[in-house]
Amino acid sequence: MADYPAKLQEYLDDFSFITTREERVDYLIAIADEFQPVPASIAVKPYDEAHRVIGCESEAFVWALDRADGTLDFYFDVLNPQGLSAMAMSAILDQACSGAPLDQVAAINGEVVFTFFGRDISMGKGRGLTELINAVVYQANQRLKSA
Amino acid sequence: MSDIASRGYANPDKLVSTDWVADRLNDNSLRIVESNEDPLLYPSGHIPGAVEVDWVNDLNDPLRRDYLDKSGFAALASRIGITPDTTVVFYGDKSNWWATYALWVFELFNHTNAVIMDGGRLKWAEEGRELTREKPVISPTTYSAPERDDSRIRAFRDGVLKHTQADGQLVDVRSPAEFSGEKLHMEGYPQEGAVRGGHIPGASSVPWSRAANDDGTFKNAAELSAIYHDEIGLNPADPTIAYCRIGERSSHTWFVLTNLLGFADVRNYDGSWTEWGNSVGLPIEK
Repeated sequence: MADYPAKLQEYLDDFSFITTREERVDYLIAIADEFQPVPASIAVKPYDEAHRVIGCESEAFVWALDRADGTLDFYFDVLNPQGLSAMAMSAILDQACSGAPLDQVAAINGEVVFTFFGRDISMGKGRGLTELINAVVYQANQRLKSA
Repeated sequence: MSDIASRGYANPDKLVSTDWVADRLNDNSLRIVESNEDPLLYPSGHIPGAVEVDWVNDLNDPLRRDYLDKSGFAALASRIGITPDTTVVFYGDKSNWWATYALWVFELFNHTNAVIMDGGRLKWAEEGRELTREKPVISPTTYSAPERDDSRIRAFRDGVLKHTQADGQLVDVRSPAEFSGEKLHMEGYPQEGAVRGGHIPGASSVPWSRAANDDGTFKNAAELSAIYHDEIGLNPADPTIAYCRIGERSSHTWFVLTNLLGFADVRNYDGSWTEWGNSVGLPIEK
């Protein structure tokens, strides 16, 4: 199995050292603060529903654009202004997966949500964040199949 | 007359507006409490002076499927700096779904001096009101908590069974697909391991969110009455039980029926479908 993208592994290593809920929350909020919604040059509202992440109640959308080197640039938006967890997850995926080898992106397991957000995340929230990851993985798999 | 007072609620004092809260941020007789599903929301910005009550870590027993006990509630009350005389103002995400859940748990300990901020966190934020990341410094209090009283507003499996056998009023607040048995979970939520899909025999389907407007505020009494009285024929004088998946969504409906429509005897069945749908020997309908 392929390794995970280097930046994702770096985040996973960071979170594996976290021991308190407060540390975890503070780190995730700091990451969410870095979230950049999709620029208007890529997509404008109302977004094409084909980009909606099904199962994410924070109304997340994902776009994947091809790079010349065969990797992908990922863009995200989260329409729910209270969707902070989805923004944090999107920021991680953007930093980790844009430009990363496709086989590494395709190898990401949705279970990493629990490394980032902890096991006591609500089931609804866990499902939505996992679907966000699945949407990115799906795009990588589609490119690998067509390669 | 305030907007809330004009809506015709049975007990309008259980609901306060964002204006009302904004005017009382320094009122020491109040404690503002935020309760959300998303654990990032409170630390990312909350009403100045508000404390957080987390539905997983603060309200539930970590080992048994049950709520905290007398000593746990006393410790929680001490941590958030309330006494039995403190008015607790709950607000939160998802149209106050989790705020009503927390209020319901507080009422199990007879802390009935508790209200909901109409519209919750979203309304406060969309009105451009201040949110801060600064956690308030709380002086712990001594709170002599009573034993948890499960007899008044909480329903258990055997009581629900007797209630259904007596053709009692039962409201299933889950989504229509969960009610019909098409799905074993809420749209967008995972399968939670219920063996069977469907509903408790005799239940009427009214998804909890029908009681809320798009901005998270509660519908007025006439609109609520049209749903719960006219549409499904509930009698406010008769005992009523509300349930959902684990008792959180149904706490919202419990609040509506009890405080906004003035039903005399409403209980929340927190075992809900995750218990009923898995229990040996219990009947279901599809």
